[in-house]
Amino acid sequence: MKFVDEFRAQKTARNLAAAIADNVRPDHSYNLMEFCGGHTHAIFRYGVQDLMPDNIRFVHGPGCPVCVLPVGRIDMAVQLAQNTEVILCSYGDMLRVPGSNQISLLKEKAAGADVRMVYSTRDALKIAKQNPHRQVVFFAIGFETTTPPSAVAIKQASAQELKNFSVFCNHVLTPAAIQNILESPEVRELGTISIDGFFGPAHVSSIIGSRPYEYFAAEFQRPVVIAGFEPLDIMQAALMLIRQLNEGRFEVENEYTRAVTRDGNRKAQRLVSEVFEIHNEFEWRGLGLVPYSALTIRAEYSAFDAEKKFSLSNSSGKPVKGCLCPSILRGANNPIDCKLFGKVCTPENPMGSCMVSSEGACAAYWTYGRFRQPGSAKDQAVA
Amino acid sequence: MCLALPAKVVSIDDSTDIAIVSMDGVKIEISLELVEQVSVGDYVLVHVGYALNIISVEEAHKTLALFAEADLLEQT
Repeated sequence: MKFVDEFRAQKTARNLAAAIADNVRPDHSYNLMEFCGGHTHAIFRYGVQDLMPDNIRFVHGPGCPVCVLPVGRIDMAVQLAQNTEVILCSYGDMLRVPGSNQISLLKEKAAGADVRMVYSTRDALKIAKQNPHRQVVFFAIGFETTTPPSAVAIKQASAQELKNFSVFCNHVLTPAAIQNILESPEVRELGTISIDGFFGPAHVSSIIGSRPYEYFAAEFQRPVVIAGFEPLDIMQAALMLIRQLNEGRFEVENEYTRAVTRDGNRKAQRLVSEVFEIHNEFEWRGLGLVPYSALTIRAEYSAFDAEKKFSLSNSSGKPVKGCLCPSILRGANNPIDCKLFGKVCTPENPMGSCMVSSEGACAAYWTYGRFRQPGSAKDQAVA
Repeated sequence: MCLALPAKVVSIDDSTDIAIVSMDGVKIEISLELVEQVSVGDYVLVHVGYALNIISVEEAHKTLALFAEADLLEQT
């Protein structure tokens, strides 16, 4: 596939690995957080970690919208699905995340609720038109990448006066979460999480541009390199981060220039700001209440706001005992530190959100790294 | 969730802002409502049924050229 295969070339990967090895200083350690789940998966799937020198450590971030949605919001979606008037539509991953008492939307579907998996907001609109006597609710989740399609759907529903369509909005914002991590006591005071630099999001940045990261690169003195999701993109970005750290720079650089500009996609940004406004605070699994970190539907489109339409009240939710998802999402723990990992919690029967999503860190460890003995994969890669 | 794949624009219906794109040979229908000035033959990033951006061929070549520097480094 064009624009994919050439960014996976094995020979170039070897050469980039050699360039990285030449550039790292043996007396330095490089703790690089990849914010996005897309990066985490590429790192594991292509064995990027095994090509890195020992003093480069990837710290997995909270950039998986399915993972960071707290149990309470899933309970609210379950509550919506239990309403017999409602057809609840959502992206696939969301259906399997367990809410309180292990109740997921998929279990509700098995119990008779009308829950439908859709690929696009366009499909949800279609279902609303086909079912004029039912209420169709789109359970919207996602970062800045996935928000513009929800904005388009609401604008279209409004233009077409589609009275049986609404959106349960759970769109969250990336820069607020990165700032929250950098301001956390674990990073600032306790030093239990070391983060020296960031791989900036790929497709989030294609919408918001590289400009929003400039503030915290300067404020928190951490370099950010926006990287594509292919393995060579990540390796090139790692090299750029290492060079910045060696030279004592903390700038925003862009490796993914084929899809990301400094200003981003202005048309999409405009559409989002027409339909949504910033929420004062929103709860994230792992990060707690993060100020100005989510979007809510503007008053003029409130007829399409499922929370208002169905008078949903916030649920606090009961997290699963022993599940380490919250601290894994902060970068404080690895999936293998969790007692549930690979035992009671597997992708077939997930206990926590990080095992459900195809972008979650636990799912990545399970799928690509579960059987790996320390050192062995690296030895094989070199051989 | 934020995964998006490159696809080549095959045809555009201007009246509906809908395009047919080819994703590694598979034809799918996507919306062009988030992008401007797309032409047939362009590559776009497709996410949940929408084009997010036009992929810059020129910039892609520049990045590949950067990788080639590492290749050269290895040969010297």
